[in-house]
Amino acid sequence: MAYEVNGQTVECDEEGYITNLSEWSKELGEIIAKAEDLEMDDDRWEVVNFLRSYYEEYQIAPAVRVLIKAAKKSMGPEKGNNKYMYELFPYGPAKQACKIAGLPKPTGCV
Amino acid sequence: MAKTKKFLYVNRKAPYGTIYALESLEVVLIGAAFEQDVALAFVDDGVFQLAKGQNTDGIGVKNFSPTFRALGDYDVQKLFVERESLEERGLSEADLIEVVYEDEDDDWAEKSAIHVVGRAEIADIMADADVVLSF
Repeated sequence: MAYEVNGQTVECDEEGYITNLSEWSKELGEIIAKAEDLEMDDDRWEVVNFLRSYYEEYQIAPAVRVLIKAAKKSMGPEKGNNKYMYELFPYGPAKQACKIAGLPKPTGCV
Repeated sequence: MAKTKKFLYVNRKAPYGTIYALESLEVVLIGAAFEQDVALAFVDDGVFQLAKGQNTDGIGVKNFSPTFRALGDYDVQKLFVERESLEERGLSEADLIEVVYEDEDDDWAEKSAIHVVGRAEIADIMADADVVLSF
């Protein structure tokens, strides 16, 4: 499987996670979101950017529980909660947002 | 809720060259989701896993040492490092990365999760654990 971005092909696995993290771009994020039936807005980008910086620092995509705890700390309790995250990413914030962010599937996610 | 068990993950091998160290860390991260009492022990060459300034560019594998610093987010608060193993390799606590957690019972104060302990104490920690997983 693969995504098409500006005529370029970006490889991904059978679940839609890109295989080479360095091939990510904002445009690709929009395209992956579309494939997930999501429209990227400021709120979704905030979470995706947060995940990217978490990965940058720790070299892992965090589990949902950890994402929500960390988001609570940096974005406040009105955003760092399950309801808010699942409204933005109905199929799971860790799974869907990580995919859009171009990160591997979170460790411990089946 | 069922009584929590004390899990101890014993890390004995250097971080690269074999997959043991990375696999151990992945199991810890997965296991931490189950709200058990989790501790890690670093003995023998395992102490190199926590060494500062790792650079894996030359061997073409991911440097996963930054991931240890995420353990605090996973509520893993006990990383025991054997003093004798450090000394035998010319290392001291100052050569190790920092791993901190926020103590819920102390107004979320940041505390170090790394505890350098002697060989005898490592033996006590192993004896005290309900489950010991060796990597």
